[in-house]
Amino acid sequence: MADSIVPVKEIEEKMDTDKMWVIMGPQHPFSHGLWTLKVQLDGEFVTDADPIVGYLHRGWEKETENRTYPKIIPMADRLCYAASMTYTHLYCMTVEKALGIDIPEKAKYIRIVADEVCRIQSHLMWLAAVGTDMGNLTVFLWCMREREFFLDLNVKLTGARMTTNYPRIGGVRNDTTELFDRDILRTVDRFEKALWDIIALIDDSSIFVSRMKGISYLSREQVANMGLTGPAMRGCGVDFDIRRDDPYDNYDKIDFEVPVLTEGDSYARYMIRVEEMFQSVEIIRQAVAKVKAIGKNAPYRMKVPSKVPKGTAFMRMEDPRGESLMYLVSDGTDKPWRLKVRSPIFTNVSTSKAMCMGCRIADVPAILAQIDMCLGETDR
Amino acid sequence: MAYSSILDWIDFFKDPMDSPYYPFDTYNLAYDIGFKLHEIIGGTIAWLINLLFPGNGVSEWLMCDYVSAIMALLIFMILIFLVAFVSVLIVLWLERKLLGRMMDRRGTMIGMKGFLQCVADGLKTFMKENTIPKKVDKMTYIWCVSLIVGLSVLVACMVPLSSRWYVVDYQTGLLIIMAFFALAPFLILVSGWAQNNKYSLIGGMRAAELMISYEVPMLILICTAALAAGSFNIGDIVYYQNDHLWFFIPQILGFIVFFFCATAEAERVPFDIAEAEAELVEGWQTEYAGMKWGLIMLADYLRGTVSCGMVVILYLGGWTLPFIGDGPIPEIVFLLKAYFVFFLMVLLRAAMARVRTDQILNIGWKVFMPLSVINLAIVIVLKVGGLI
Repeated sequence: MADSIVPVKEIEEKMDTDKMWVIMGPQHPFSHGLWTLKVQLDGEFVTDADPIVGYLHRGWEKETENRTYPKIIPMADRLCYAASMTYTHLYCMTVEKALGIDIPEKAKYIRIVADEVCRIQSHLMWLAAVGTDMGNLTVFLWCMREREFFLDLNVKLTGARMTTNYPRIGGVRNDTTELFDRDILRTVDRFEKALWDIIALIDDSSIFVSRMKGISYLSREQVANMGLTGPAMRGCGVDFDIRRDDPYDNYDKIDFEVPVLTEGDSYARYMIRVEEMFQSVEIIRQAVAKVKAIGKNAPYRMKVPSKVPKGTAFMRMEDPRGESLMYLVSDGTDKPWRLKVRSPIFTNVSTSKAMCMGCRIADVPAILAQIDMCLGETDR
Repeated sequence: MAYSSILDWIDFFKDPMDSPYYPFDTYNLAYDIGFKLHEIIGGTIAWLINLLFPGNGVSEWLMCDYVSAIMALLIFMILIFLVAFVSVLIVLWLERKLLGRMMDRRGTMIGMKGFLQCVADGLKTFMKENTIPKKVDKMTYIWCVSLIVGLSVLVACMVPLSSRWYVVDYQTGLLIIMAFFALAPFLILVSGWAQNNKYSLIGGMRAAELMISYEVPMLILICTAALAAGSFNIGDIVYYQNDHLWFFIPQILGFIVFFFCATAEAERVPFDIAEAEAELVEGWQTEYAGMKWGLIMLADYLRGTVSCGMVVILYLGGWTLPFIGDGPIPEIVFLLKAYFVFFLMVLLRAAMARVRTDQILNIGWKVFMPLSVINLAIVIVLKVGGLI
C-alpha cells in the first residue's frame, strides 16, 4: 500500500496520454509562502517538476551594502521569520571572524540556547505544516500551541516574539533575565512530554505513516550531487552536522547526538527533525547549566571597532533547515562591500524534481513539507 | 344571512386520515401538523372572506377536501425541509465546536455558544459577489450546483425520523434513498469537467475514483441488513432490530465498514480526496464562489447527516430504544443517535490524515469488500441457524 513509486517509464509504455502542467502557486494552500511549483502530471503521477522562486526578492544583499555593520543585525532577523535568531547569529559570527575577535564565553552559551530555542520553534512550525499538508488540523494546532511557549521564552530573553534583534557583534544584547534558566527548563520539560503526544498522533496512525514511508527516495549520491543539506540530508544517510563537524561558538563543548537515518524516504526526513527537537532539548539543558556555572556578573558583550579591516571572511552554521553560509567582503570601511548569503532552502528546493518524480500529486505537499520552505531567506 | 362564528370554519378535531385525499397509508405527524395549521390559518381566512363577502363560495372552496390536502402538503414539505435544515445546522455547529475542543481551541463563539456562526456564515456567503469565471461551461456549471444541492436536500428529507415523520414509505425505501444518495458523485464529475480548471478536473475524477471504491461494499452491507430484517422497508428494518437485536451486535464488522463507507460517502476526512485542499486547492469546488460555494457546503453537511442517519437506521436501531420501543418522541431519539455517529466522524477527522487515491482504492477493494462479504456470510449463517 505504501509503495507509490511506479517507474515513470512503465506508465509511459502502457498508454499514450496527454501530460498536463499543473501550476501550484504562488497562491496555493500547499506553498507555505510565495513560490510556485510547476508539476507535470500524467494522470495522477508526477513526471516533471519545476520550482519557481523569487516572488519575495527584496534586494537584501544589495541593501546591506549601504548600511553600517550594526544596522544589518535587525535586517538579518527578517531573513527567516521562523528562526530569526539563527541568521542574526550567523551574521554576527561572520563579522566577528572578519574582525578576528573572540567573544566572551557566556555570550557563546547564550547564543547556543537562543539558537536551539529557535530550532525547536522552527521545527514545530514545520511539524504543524506537515499536519495540514496531510489533511489533519489537529497536529497543526497542537504544534502551534507548543510553539507559543518557546515564543514566550524569546520574549523573556529578548523582549520580542519573532524578530528578536538579539545577538550583537561581539556578544549578545543583554544578559539572561532573572529566572530565565528556571523558565526554560520548565518549558523544555513540558515540551518533551507534549511532543510525545503529537508524535503519537502521527506515528500511531497508519495513514500518516503510509503517506510518508517509502515515498520520494533519495540516495546519498543524489543528495551529495544536488547539494541538499540539513535534516533532509541526514535522513538520506549523510552523517554531517556543522555543529559537530565544524563547530562554531561552543558547540564542541556540548554533548549531543546527530540523528542519521539511511532510509532516504519522506518518513526518515520526518524522523530526523523530530529527533533533532529532542536533541535540541538536551543541548538547551547543558548550555543553560553552563551559563549558570559561568556566573552572574561575567561579561556577555565586548566592545568592537566599527570598521572592519580589509579582507574576506565566511562562516557557516547549522540552520534548522540546512547549511546557511555568509560571505563577507570588506573594503576597510564601516559598511560591507559585499555580503553574500547562502540559503539552504534555495538549494534544497531545487531537488523537488528528484523528490517528486514518479509520486502521485497527492504526495507532493507531503514530500515538499519535508523541505520546510521559508521564502524570506530563499529569495532574500 | 346568519352570523357565522369562526368556529364554524375551524374544526380542530378533523382527522386528516378521513380525507379522501390523504396521501399516506399510516399516520404522519408532519402532515397532521400541516393539516391543523391549514385548518387554523385557512379557516380564519375563509371566515374573514365570508364576513366581507357573505355566500361567495371561495370560503367553502378554501376549506374543501382537496384544497386542504394541497395546503397541508405544502406546509408538510416546508416542515420536513425545516427540520432537516435545522438538524444540519446543529451538525455544523457540533462539528466546529467538537473539533475545536479536540484541537485545544474554542471553536465558534458567536451567539448561543457559537450556534449563530452558521447564520453569520450563511449571510456572508449570501452577500458575496456571484462570480462566474469566463471560460466555464455556464449551463453545466450552474446546474450542477442546483442538482447537487437539490439531490442532497431530497435525500435528507427522505430519511424518516420516525414511523410518523417520513416522506415516502415504500417497500424499497432504503434502495431509493441509496440510489439518490449515489447520484451526487456523477454530478461532481460533470461539474469538474464544466469548470475548465485543472484542479476541478482532478477533483472530479477523484470523486469518481472514490465512488467506485466504497459504493460496492456499501451496497453489499445494505443488502445484508435487508436480508437480516427480511425487508427493504426502513420501518421494517428498524422494528425488526427493536424486536430482536440491534444489528451492530451481530454485524459488528458490517457496522465498522459501513461507518467508514458513510464517511467516504459524505466526503469527510480521511476520505475527502475529491476536495483535498493541500494539493487541489478546493478540489472540484475551486471555481465556485459566494452563495454557490455556501450551498455546496450545505449540501456536503446534508449528506453527512444522511450518512449518519443511515448508520443509525441500519445498525443502531433507528428511532427505537431498548425496553422502551418508540417512546413519546422517537424523532429526537433518532437525531441524538445520528449526532452520536457524527461525533465519531468528528473524532476520526481530528485524528486522521487524508488517504491517497490509490490507498482508498486498496482499502475499498481489499479490506472493505472482503469484510462486507464475510459479514454477509455471518448473517446468512445466523439467519439459517435462526439466531437473529
